Amino acid sequence: MSKDSLSGGPLAWLAANVGRILISVFVPVITFLVLWQGFIFLRDSNAPQLVIVLVAILWGVGGVAALYAVANWLVEQLPAQWSMRLQPFVFVGPALAILFWFLALPTLRTLDLSFRDATGQRYIGIGNYIFALTDRVMLEAFRNNLLWMVFGTLFCVGLGLLIAVLADRSRFESVYKAIIFMPMAISFVGAGVIWKFVYTYKGEGAGISEIGLLNAIVLALGGQSQPWLQLPPWNNFFLIIIMVWLQTGFAMVVISSAIKGISSEVLEAARVDGANEFQVFWHIIIPSIRGTLLTVTTTIIIFSLKLFDIVRVMTGGNNGTNVIANEFYLQRFTYSNAGRASAIAIILLLAVIPVMIYNLRQFRERRAF
Amino acid sequence: MAAQSGFKRAKRISGFLVNLVLTLICLVWLTPAFGVFVTSFRNSEDIFKTGWWTVFPHRAEVKVGEIKLPPDVDVNSVMTVEGVQATFEQLRQGIVLPDGRKLVWFGNKRTRTIEVYEKRWVGFDTNLTLENYRNVLSGQEIRFKGADGKEILRMGNNLGGAFLNSIAVAVPSTIIPILIAAFAAYAFAWMNFPGRKVFFIGVVALLVVPLQIALVPILQDYTRLNLNGTYLAIWLAHTGFGLPLAIYLLFNYISELPRETLEAAFIDGASHFTIFTQLILPLSVPALASFAIFQFLWVWNDYLVALVFLGDKTRVITSALAAMVGEKGQDWHLLTSGAFVSMILPLTVFFALQRYFVRGLLAGSVKG
Repeated sequence: MSKDSLSGGPLAWLAANVGRILISVFVPVITFLVLWQGFIFLRDSNAPQLVIVLVAILWGVGGVAALYAVANWLVEQLPAQWSMRLQPFVFVGPALAILFWFLALPTLRTLDLSFRDATGQRYIGIGNYIFALTDRVMLEAFRNNLLWMVFGTLFCVGLGLLIAVLADRSRFESVYKAIIFMPMAISFVGAGVIWKFVYTYKGEGAGISEIGLLNAIVLALGGQSQPWLQLPPWNNFFLIIIMVWLQTGFAMVVISSAIKGISSEVLEAARVDGANEFQVFWHIIIPSIRGTLLTVTTTIIIFSLKLFDIVRVMTGGNNGTNVIANEFYLQRFTYSNAGRASAIAIILLLAVIPVMIYNLRQFRERRAF
Repeated sequence: MAAQSGFKRAKRISGFLVNLVLTLICLVWLTPAFGVFVTSFRNSEDIFKTGWWTVFPHRAEVKVGEIKLPPDVDVNSVMTVEGVQATFEQLRQGIVLPDGRKLVWFGNKRTRTIEVYEKRWVGFDTNLTLENYRNVLSGQEIRFKGADGKEILRMGNNLGGAFLNSIAVAVPSTIIPILIAAFAAYAFAWMNFPGRKVFFIGVVALLVVPLQIALVPILQDYTRLNLNGTYLAIWLAHTGFGLPLAIYLLFNYISELPRETLEAAFIDGASHFTIFTQLILPLSVPALASFAIFQFLWVWNDYLVALVFLGDKTRVITSALAAMVGEKGQDWHLLTSGAFVSMILPLTVFFALQRYFVRGLLAGSVKG
């Protein structure tokens, strides 16, 4: 930048930067306007849904691609020096503009809103934070998130490690791993339905037989059927099981690839020296994959901090199962209190940041692709 | 020699144990989903009455006959039926005959009827039906039978329409952020412009922002722009929330492509745009595919963003299913088939593209 400004003089420098800024703004604005026209067309047409869907996809995807091409063409028409200066902003401008609008600015705006009242009109100081950190409802949510974090993570990582180590010794490794990983493809809402059916409860009475798997098993073992999701505090654990079902596959795959990275010579040497399998596990495998275990643990901790869908679908946060993200949703959309919701969101951000930074650092070393 | 064979046997036993434990875990993993799968094909009437596991052959007590007591038998004293003596109360409870059959009095004393039950293998003639799927996909009025056989009338949840909406949301919400991110990643990796480093650090920093942070202000903007409930609104939202990760991952990949290839193209006089579209995009297919699968599944399975930004007309499959859980909580024939409709596409992607799928999900694990 300094080189440019020296060679071209202050006027050229100013013009170049104004141009850069203009193009950065111009490209997204055009992107937006063209999409807007398509959107009006889509909204007002009464075509069959299939047609609308196809047009929507073509318009959305094709529109964005076309805008890049047009903007690039425009820039390439300029004198070479200008084109060189402006072209990077055609490439990077839309991304930066969208990130600014959807993430950077909202963070500041949410921070601002968190100091205002329910409608966002008046500043009320730190009242929302006092609510978010001391109210009984929030304390319950914090306790439950802690349960999710501790037990959910423990079970996911523990089971994932167990399965990874065992599968490593089996000929059918890929089959087992595919089955355990499969729930990762399923939405939390879908998983919610699956497990709601397992926990379903009909009650007692003539001619009623339980159709939920858990109650049927309990009855067959001579127990009493229960409305599992309405029994605090145990219902939290029944919800945590769903997360374990969904996320163990993730832990297993990451841990498994770390185990494959341990050199077989080291393992062989230990076995030749007379170490049994448990000693190999504790003294060689675990220390070698400690970094991976930490990354998996932190990833699942973040996941359990932001957990929303499972609780929303299964219990709506009733019967003592509320969590932070669900309380955020309730405050914003059920009680229409933007201030409190924003304060909760900021607390969530602060809770996630340290874990996330650690994770990103690990991730860079791991190299995903 | 003996030690050798003993070692081999120990190895075989431990191998067997390993497979046994893993098979058990896998069974536990599959059973809940399998139960839902089976249930989605059963008659509504059967679902209300019996558990899904009864569709498999099993031994159960089946009514095989009825005994009508002759008028001269006194029901208030001990009766002799089928060679056994019993009172009415005992028969009410049910008594087991020496040959394994069971007698149970039907109703009150005046019926004078005893039912005979026998343990038999049943479940070979289970009624399976596609009716549930037809009902759940439809947006019209639907009819089905309740536990007592009475017909119930409900409004369908139009999962067919929701499925199409999900496609209209998920495909652009996958491709648009990838396209924008690929352009940006190329610029960050191979172009020179002031502020390159600062902007890139900014992008990575935004990875930590949970999307809850953005929901409230973005909703305000959308309300002001009258964008709520439209495809455009949710495409932009998913693009915004997906971009930091997409740029970060694609930058990692694109910046490591061999420098010589690009320089050769430059010397041949190719422009950045040509290099990007003709060279970089084709070379980046593995990274693009992994991220595309991750983003597609993320959007398809997303509930929160759809719940906040989409209205009833453009409702996607997850919100439609969640709404069904709310309003038809006990209609398991609809919930189970609905759940499977929502899973069919992600599961297909999973089985067809498992390798990319796993890589994509691992890469996406840092999404904020």
